[in-house]
Amino acid sequence: MASYSTSEFKSGLKIMLDGEPYNIVENEFVKPGKGQAFNRVKVKNLKNGRVIEKTFKSGEKVDGADVMDTTMQYLYSDGEYWHFMDEATYEQVQADAMAVGDSSQWLKEQDTCNVILWDGVPISVEPPNFVNLTVTETDPGLKGDTAQGGVKPATLETGAVVRVPLFIEIGDLLKIDTRTGEYVSRAKE
Amino acid sequence: MWPAIGHTGNSSQMDTGWRPTASIELLRIRAAWLTKIRSFFAARDVLEVDTPVLSNASVTDPNIESLLTTVNGKRYYLQTSPELYMKRLLAAGSGPIFQVAHVFRDGEQGRLHNPEFTLVEWYRPAFDQFQLMREVSALVSDLTGREIPEEEVRYLTYTELFEQHTGLDPMHENWSALNEFCASRQLHCPVDDHWEGAMDWLLAMVIQPVMRGLVFVNDFPAAMASLAKLDDNNPRVARRFELFIDGIEMANGFEELTDVDEQQQRFIRENQQRQAAGKPLIAIDEAFLGALGAGIPETSGVALGLDRLLMWSLQLDHVTRAMSFSPFVSND
Repeated sequence: MASYSTSEFKSGLKIMLDGEPYNIVENEFVKPGKGQAFNRVKVKNLKNGRVIEKTFKSGEKVDGADVMDTTMQYLYSDGEYWHFMDEATYEQVQADAMAVGDSSQWLKEQDTCNVILWDGVPISVEPPNFVNLTVTETDPGLKGDTAQGGVKPATLETGAVVRVPLFIEIGDLLKIDTRTGEYVSRAKE
Repeated sequence: MWPAIGHTGNSSQMDTGWRPTASIELLRIRAAWLTKIRSFFAARDVLEVDTPVLSNASVTDPNIESLLTTVNGKRYYLQTSPELYMKRLLAAGSGPIFQVAHVFRDGEQGRLHNPEFTLVEWYRPAFDQFQLMREVSALVSDLTGREIPEEEVRYLTYTELFEQHTGLDPMHENWSALNEFCASRQLHCPVDDHWEGAMDWLLAMVIQPVMRGLVFVNDFPAAMASLAKLDDNNPRVARRFELFIDGIEMANGFEELTDVDEQQQRFIRENQQRQAAGKPLIAIDEAFLGALGAGIPETSGVALGLDRLLMWSLQLDHVTRAMSFSPFVSND
């Protein structure tokens, strides 16, 4: 893998720090006029999403991370792994619970996800921003109580629980914003 | 949320980025500043000079990288400041002089840095550093149109600055005190083998971000003397000062070293440091040493970053917004 000097740092560059892959979120060059120059960077750990700040002496080199951002179709879960297929090459990969994390509750078969591969192995799975999921369980709605913003919990086909308006019934297809986990609207098939 | 990974920008954009990085309105202000600078110095009988950008020698400072170009098959340096030529003028009897100069430093690029930038640099025979600091305040006030009452300007020594903000004494190498400080703030200093470098890091990362208002810092450690004179009473410090405004370094000045032997020693020592650090050696400016040998008057000199002062004054987000163009940044 290539190594990068601080002068090549820019947001989006993937580098290795302490054995883990990071994405540079922000890079700032700082230098006292007659002093040593530094690069202050904000980096995001691609495995756990945590953002940390770090300073390098300008001119230092770090190894690049062999990280690829891919678009893949979610196929199925076998209970232990979630299986995905690259839509361009039809190559299949399996992601473990660590990589899928909280995204598992939004994964619906045949949906297209953003999968980050590190050395060919998935380390992060992002569902689409919006998914359509069917309600499998919810209390019956009260007739005539369609207004006034009342909410109740509803369980979706993936197991996720979201807060929905009172008029929602079992079997309804709902549009959910996966970034907030919030109900958006009823969806058409 | 989809992570911002592999983002390639707006590929459909057909704009060639021909537009200036500064607005035309800003360029009008910049032009007005140049006029003000000239009347400021004319009123004080300081002569405007215009020295060459190219030279066959340059500064040896291990933290400043000169650019090189080839002319008629020979290598020339682009000036990192007009200092050496201007001091030759002083030796030739110019009296007080100023210059608005484009200067070049390799590797310096960021929000506050562009490899090519503009310095207002001037030399005042018979001034001490404090007289020159007051003149810097006066020029900053003139340019930015802000009254700067003398009581609002703070004067701190380098040591006082560090003690106020960190409790550390920068003049005495003490790594365990530094490590303790870093641990208490959950910071990691990337320099662990060079005390002045570690102090540079503290200044840039910890102190500058919280500095406010106009602050003149002086009495820099002798190891950071550059081309400044050491203090007669305390040779551990140099008669060098810097102006910070809201934590941004705006100007660097000093009482000029006039001792040719001492200057030659520093050039050699700095080249040794460059060699040890694997950096290119810099040709020593023999003509400049010749001028020092012939004798330059006791002088204080200072360089003020014009683009940065504009950036601060007009609250621009990037230093290149104060310049007409920069080939080093994409403009979209």
